Amino acid sequence: MSNSKVTFRIGGVHPNDSKLARNCAIEVLPLPQTVYISMAQHLGAPAKPVVAVGDQVKVGQVIAEPGGFISAFVHSSVSGTVKSIAPRKDIAGNMVPHIEIAVEGDEWAEGIDLSDTLVTAIPSDRAAVLEKIKACGVVGLGGATFPTHVKLNPAPGSKAECLILNGAECEPYLTSDFRILLERTKEIVVGAAIMQMVLGGCRCVIGIEEIKPEAIEAMTAAVAELGYKDIEVLSLKKRYPQGGEKQLIDAVMRRQVKSGGLPISVGAVVQNVATSLAVYEAVQKNKPLITNTMTITGDCLPVERQHNYLFRIGMPLSYIAEYAGGIPEAAAKLISGGPMMGRAIANLDATTVKGSSSILYLSEAATKRKPESACIRCGRCADACPMGLEPFLLNRLYKAGDIEGLEAGSAQDCIACGCCLYSCPANIPLLDNVNQAKGQVMGVIRARAAAAKAAAEAAKAAENK
Amino acid sequence: MDKYLVSPNPHIHAAVSTQSLMRDVIIALLPAVLVSILFYGWSEILVLAVSVASCVLLEYAITRWMLKTPSTIGDLSAVVTGLLLAMNLPSTTPWWVVLVGAIVAIGVAKMTFGGIGQNVFNPAITARVFLLISFPTYMTDWTIPQGFIHANDAVSGATLLGMVSEGGLGSIADVSYLRTLFLNIGGSAGEISAIALLIGFAYLVIRRVIKPWITLSIFATVIVISGIFCLADPSQFTDPVFNLLTGGIILGACFMATDYVTSPMSDLGGVIYGIGIGVIVMMIRYFGSYPEGMSFAILLMNMTVPLLNNWFHSKKFGRA
Repeated sequence: MSNSKVTFRIGGVHPNDSKLARNCAIEVLPLPQTVYISMAQHLGAPAKPVVAVGDQVKVGQVIAEPGGFISAFVHSSVSGTVKSIAPRKDIAGNMVPHIEIAVEGDEWAEGIDLSDTLVTAIPSDRAAVLEKIKACGVVGLGGATFPTHVKLNPAPGSKAECLILNGAECEPYLTSDFRILLERTKEIVVGAAIMQMVLGGCRCVIGIEEIKPEAIEAMTAAVAELGYKDIEVLSLKKRYPQGGEKQLIDAVMRRQVKSGGLPISVGAVVQNVATSLAVYEAVQKNKPLITNTMTITGDCLPVERQHNYLFRIGMPLSYIAEYAGGIPEAAAKLISGGPMMGRAIANLDATTVKGSSSILYLSEAATKRKPESACIRCGRCADACPMGLEPFLLNRLYKAGDIEGLEAGSAQDCIACGCCLYSCPANIPLLDNVNQAKGQVMGVIRARAAAAKAAAEAAKAAENK
Repeated sequence: MDKYLVSPNPHIHAAVSTQSLMRDVIIALLPAVLVSILFYGWSEILVLAVSVASCVLLEYAITRWMLKTPSTIGDLSAVVTGLLLAMNLPSTTPWWVVLVGAIVAIGVAKMTFGGIGQNVFNPAITARVFLLISFPTYMTDWTIPQGFIHANDAVSGATLLGMVSEGGLGSIADVSYLRTLFLNIGGSAGEISAIALLIGFAYLVIRRVIKPWITLSIFATVIVISGIFCLADPSQFTDPVFNLLTGGIILGACFMATDYVTSPMSDLGGVIYGIGIGVIVMMIRYFGSYPEGMSFAILLMNMTVPLLNNWFHSKKFGRA
């Protein structure tokens, strides 16, 4: 392990890490009576159901196939009978197609290795491994849920120099990545070695923040023991948003992905440690992505009621909350994800998806927004912005409706990390407004691109006449 | 589910508010305030009390009764303005002159422009310059009143810069720099102790309330310019240490030029702003008719802030 503690070079904040559930070992959640599996658990087109009402399904059986190039397979997480295929509200209250399955027993599909045996031999057939990752429905579990087989298969001409394994887990409260780093250490390393092979033998850096010395130690030992080539563990300085893709690449490789560019343009591929575990299970165990780890935590939840759970996709959040002892009395806000970038839960009957990472209960004191006051031009938002933007300026331009100014101010580069609003002494809803502004600017950019394309086609057509 | 909050991220907030920042500025001013009270006694307490009380009451009155908006005195910025105004006045200033200063600071320089965050000019400095031009007698009466600690046999005197301006360099030949560093009797209350002011500045930088670049660039510019002139003709021009330690350069550079609202947002803009202040103050001192000039320098550079904000921006990620 390298001793030099590195971090990204622009902006960032230091929220209290509040890792209250860090000592809670992962527990397996019992099965509910019914699961509702969402067809939109990944970035891109929703999956298309391939089962019908009344069908019997087994655990790990494909129940929906990709709905486009950027899409993913969805598998049943339980065995039982398909009860309905219908729209249902997700955590934000939006209607999304779900497959409802009544649970009967726990019978797994054929060919899935359920043993604990560690399989360390790395297959060498790149295409077959990619196909396996795709067939198992693996998506990025760091938040964006981008289909992993697409990310691991860069366009011809671009070469991966460094696979970065994201173990930063820089969001306060969340501990699921930390727990798998401790409890599934070797599987994660094997997953990394598989992805290294797929990417054509680049080096691999596993980035973990310095405040998790146990994880760094365990990972370093596992890397040494397994002895794969070119894998190292890197200790990162604690700073949010260290786990942001562009920030992590900057921290590890000292390279900045250009605005609008992909990580591969600087030779980087970033995968979350949980994704690495999913890759291991898919390739070595033939197990589709139907489970993940989540944290039940919050400032108003007693320590003995904090948990890290291995859940199956499709479990209602209300079921999990109930099993964990109910919603604490003092909770004012329920959040799926971390307190900086997570989404407020508007509907507790929504179900877990591949990328679920937590149920976070925050008290009113911790979470309620204070009334907005006048901007005092302290510049804290600009100092905090990890993209080097000036939120105070973008906020003013947004209110003035100056879309050109917003584009010149790079509102489209916002990664929605929340550092600006977090650090604003006047509680101005900077991110709310910059997010709106980003939407407007992206609309203009897309319209311009479409117009340019149409003009080019028209010119070509005229030339051919 | 209806009883739970639903709003966009982030869901937590740093322990910082306008009020907490202003409270830190007040704490940072306390050492200098205490030293000035010790050496200037009851008359300084009166100036401080009148200044702070009238600034706060005026802001309250204007927001509640003229603008019919919620009062903003809770953010403590009026207290900071009141303290800074008092530190910019001689301790002998009559109470009604202080009151006029408060009216100019809060009424004219701050609330006319729309209150906190909107003013172009630093309120306390605007008031000081207004008083300096309107009541030059009171503003340059450097009589030393009876303090709680009897520091000096002198009962009156010009400021050191005033002495140079009137009688040339020979008139300050016997002044030791140690004296100006710790106790610079004669001058505005805030000029009295460089050490007390620098302790406050260090507090603000350590607490990350302000960044040091504006202040340091003012100091550096003053040192470089006075160094060049002093080397060229030591018989006519005062040296860098003398210039740094006198005439409110430290008070202005640490507490007035770093005012959030009236200084540039970017670090580079701040450095250029600081250099501008340093150049102007030295030109006024060496060639102007006023002995010091820090207030004018800051006010003049306040006017350039919108331009500096337009020209200099943060360095963006991935857009080299």
